[in-house]
Amino acid sequence: MVFRFDLERLKVELTGAEIIARFLEDEGVEHIFGYPGGAVLHIYDALYKQDKVKHILVRHEQAATHAADGYARSTGKPGVVLVTSGPGATNAVTGIATAYMDSIPMVVLTGQVPTALIGNDAFQEVDTVGITRPCVKHNFLVKDVNELAVTLKKAFYIATTGRPGPVVVDIPKDVTAARVRYTHPRKVTMRSYNPTVKGHIRQVRKAVGMMLSAKRPVLYTGGGVILDDAAELLTEVAHALDFPVTNTSMGLGGFPATDRQFLGMLGMHGNYEANMAISHCDLLVAIGARFDDRVTGNIAKFAPKAKIIHIDIDPASISKNVKVDVPIVGSVNAVLADMVAEIKAAERGPNTSALGEWWQQIEEWRGVDCLRYDKSAEKIKPQYVLQKVYEVTKGEAFVCSDVGQHQMWAAQFYKFDKPRRWINSGGLGTMGFGLPAAMGVQFAHPDATVVCVAGDGGIQMNIQELATCLQYGLPIKVICLNNSYLGMVRQWQEFFYEERYSHSYMESLPDFVKLAEAYGHVGIKVEKPEDVDAAVERAFAMKDRLVFMNIITDATENVYPMVPAGAGLDEMILI
Amino acid sequence: MNNHDNAKRHIISILIENEAGALSRVAGLFSARGYNIEALTVAATEDPSLSRMTLVSKGTDEIIEQILKQLNKLIDVVKVLDLTQGDHIERELLLVKVRAVGHEQRQEVYRLADVFRGHVIDITENSYTIELTGDGKKLDAFLATLGESQILETVRGGPSGISRGDKAMHT
Ligand SMILES: Cc1cc2nc3c(=O)[nH]c(=O)nc-3n(C[C@H](O)[C@H](O)[C@H](O)COP(=O)(O)OP(=O)(O)OC[C@H]3O[C@@H](n4cnc5c(N)ncnc54)[C@H](O)[C@@H]3O)c2cc1C
Ligand SMILES: Cc1ncc(C[n+]2csc(CCOP(=O)(O)OP(=O)(O)O)c2C)c(N)n1
Repeated sequence: MVFRFDLERLKVELTGAEIIARFLEDEGVEHIFGYPGGAVLHIYDALYKQDKVKHILVRHEQAATHAADGYARSTGKPGVVLVTSGPGATNAVTGIATAYMDSIPMVVLTGQVPTALIGNDAFQEVDTVGITRPCVKHNFLVKDVNELAVTLKKAFYIATTGRPGPVVVDIPKDVTAARVRYTHPRKVTMRSYNPTVKGHIRQVRKAVGMMLSAKRPVLYTGGGVILDDAAELLTEVAHALDFPVTNTSMGLGGFPATDRQFLGMLGMHGNYEANMAISHCDLLVAIGARFDDRVTGNIAKFAPKAKIIHIDIDPASISKNVKVDVPIVGSVNAVLADMVAEIKAAERGPNTSALGEWWQQIEEWRGVDCLRYDKSAEKIKPQYVLQKVYEVTKGEAFVCSDVGQHQMWAAQFYKFDKPRRWINSGGLGTMGFGLPAAMGVQFAHPDATVVCVAGDGGIQMNIQELATCLQYGLPIKVICLNNSYLGMVRQWQEFFYEERYSHSYMESLPDFVKLAEAYGHVGIKVEKPEDVDAAVERAFAMKDRLVFMNIITDATENVYPMVPAGAGLDEMILI
Repeated sequence: MNNHDNAKRHIISILIENEAGALSRVAGLFSARGYNIEALTVAATEDPSLSRMTLVSKGTDEIIEQILKQLNKLIDVVKVLDLTQGDHIERELLLVKVRAVGHEQRQEVYRLADVFRGHVIDITENSYTIELTGDGKKLDAFLATLGESQILETVRGGPSGISRGDKAMHT
C-alpha cells in the first residue's frame, strides 16, 4: 500500500506552489513564518490545502524572519520564512542580515514577479537576489519549475551545513503555477561547496601539546560551540584540563555558567576576571569564536602575551582580525573529539602546579566582584529584576533579548547552564529582535518558559507582534526594563559626549499596561523595588497568558564593566 | 590596503559556476569588503558550465589571504588559485587606434607594431588599429613608444593568467 502511494506521488504533476508545500513537508519542516501577497498567492493556496506544514501569520515580515531565526537558534533546525515580492522581501532584509551576522540557518522564500516581467519595473518588483546578496550565505532565483525542488534542497543543505547562514530562494509567480513531476531530492552534492569538518590531525596534536604545557591558558568559546551542539564535549575537555572558560555573548550556555571554571562573558561588557585572564594568558584557545571587535577591544592589546589556537569551521574567520599561531579548520565537535583522544593518549597531563597559581590569580580578579550594584537603591535596579527572573525560572527559561543595556544585563545576570537558551542578536545588534524571536522559540518549545527581555525603545520596534502572540496563544513573558531612555545610547552620551543626551530620551511612551490589554494580554506595571519579587512571581505563575511587565527602572544605571572604544581589555571602566 | 608599503600585486584565477550573477557575487565581495580590483576578465571555459575569471588585486599578505578565503567561501566558486605564488604566464590584449597620416608616419607606426609583434587589424587613410598581446609591461612600453599624442583610442582586456607546467587548474 505504502509503496503504491509513493508511486502515485511520483507520477502526479504538481504546480510549483504544490511542490513547495510538499517539499517542506518532505524536508520535515513543521512551521513556517510568513505574510501573504500577490506574488505568493499560489503558494498560500497550496499551504491552505494541506495540514502538515503549519504557517504562522506574523504582523510584519521583519518579525517573520526574527521568529524563524529564534526558532532556529533554539532548536538547531533551519527557520523557514515565506514573504511576497517587493515590500515583503525588503521588509525581511533586516531579519536576514541579523541571521547572517550570527550564522543562523534559515531559508527565506520570497515571491517574485513573473519571469516575463522581471526587469520591467513591474508592480512590486525588486531585485531581491541583488538586494540580499551581501547578507546571505547564498541566494537563488528559480526561473524554471524543473529546477525548483533541487534548488530548495540546495538551499536547505547550504543553510544548515558548514558555517550556517540564511539562504534566499526567489520564486517568480509563473514558476509557482507551472506543472512538473515532483520527487523529493534526498541528497544534493555540489562540486563547489564541501565544508571541511575534520580538523588536520597534525595541527590538533600541536595544539594539544601547547595546551598541556600552558601555564596560564584560557578557553575562549563562542557561537560555534552552540551552533555545533558541542557544549557537552567542550565541558568535558575543560574539566579534563581544569582550564578557565570564558564565552562570547553568542557563546553563552556553551559552558555551564554556574561552573567554578566559568569566568563569565568577555569583551566590552565582559567580566573583569575574564578580560584580565585574556590580557595575561600565555595560551588562548579560541573555539568557534570570531574575534569580534566588541570582544577584542584594541586589537594590539588583545591577549598580548599569548600563543593562539583557533578552531573554526570557516577558514575566513581564522587570522581575519588576530593572527593565530595554530589554525584548525573543522567543526568544534570533530576537533574536540580528536583533542580528547590526544589528551588521553598523551604521556603527561596539564601543568597542574602552574594552573594552581593561575587559578589563584583568577580568584583574586574574581574578588573584585565587577557586577556588583547598589541593592539598597530607591529605584528598581534592572540587574535585580534579571536576577529575580533567573531565580523564579530556576535558570531553565529561554531568554530572548532585544538590543541595548538590558541585553548586556541579561547576558551578565541570567546564568545559562545549557546551550540554545540565550537568544540574542549579537552581530547586527537588531533592535526589535526580542519579541518576534521569542515567538519562534515558543512555537518550537510550546511547554517551555520563554522570556523576552527588552527596553522601552526596542520593544516598540515590533510591538505589533503582540497580536500574533494572541492569535496563537503564546504565553511569552515580556520583561520591559523601562528607563525612558534609549539606555545604551544614553550611556555612551554620558561617558563620551559630556552628557549631551541628543535624542536618546523617550518622550510620550505609551501606557504599556493598557497596550498589552488592548492586544488581549495581561499588563503589569512595577515601580517600587519592594514590589519586584511578588510581581515577577505573579507574572510567571500565569502559565497560559502573555504577561507584559512594564518595570520602571533607574534611568541613570549604566552597564559595567565597560571597555571604552580603542582601549585594551584590561583598561575597563569599573563601577 | 591600510598598509600600502607592503601591498603587492597578485593575479588570482577563479573557477566559478557559470550562472547568472556569478560576476556580481565576486564584484560585490570586493566592494563590500573594500578590497581593490585592478582588473578582471571573465569568460566561459572549455566546460561551458564553468567560468574562469582572472583578477588582479593589490594588498598585503594578510589581505590577499582574506581575499582568497572569501573567494573560496562563495558557494559558486569551485577553485581559487593565487598564480603569483607560483611560476606563471600573463597575457593581456591591447587594441590601439593610432594616428597615421602621411607616408613617413604610417611607415613608422607599422615598423613599431612589427618590433612589438603587433598586428595591424584595421586601416583607414588617417589611422591604424593595432592588436598586441603581451604582459602588462610590454603593452605599457608599446604605448609609451607610440607616444600619447599619436594615440586616438586604446582598449585593454585585463590580464589573463595561467600557471607554467603541465598541471591544470581544474584537475
Ligand atoms: C549592545 C551590544 C554589546 C555587545 N557586547 C558584547 C560583549 O561585551 N562581549 C561579547 O562577547 N559580545 C558582545 N556583543 C556581541 C558581539 O557583537 C558579537 O556578536 C559576538 O561577540 C560574536 O560572538 P562569537 O565570536 O562567538 O561569534 P559568532 O558570530 O557566534 O560566530 C561563530 C563563529 O563560529 C564559527 N562556527 C560556526 N559553526 C561552527 C562549527 N560547527 N564548528 C566550528 N566553528 C563554527 C563561525 O565560523 C564563526 O567564526 C555585543 C552585542 C551588542 C548588540
Ligand atoms: C534597529 C536599530 N536601531 C538603532 C540601534 C542603536 N541602538 C543600540 S542600543 C539602543 C538603545 C536601546 O534602547 P532601549 O530599547 O530602550 O533599551 P535600553 O538600552 O534602554 O535597555 C540603540 C538606539 C540598534 N541597535 N538597532
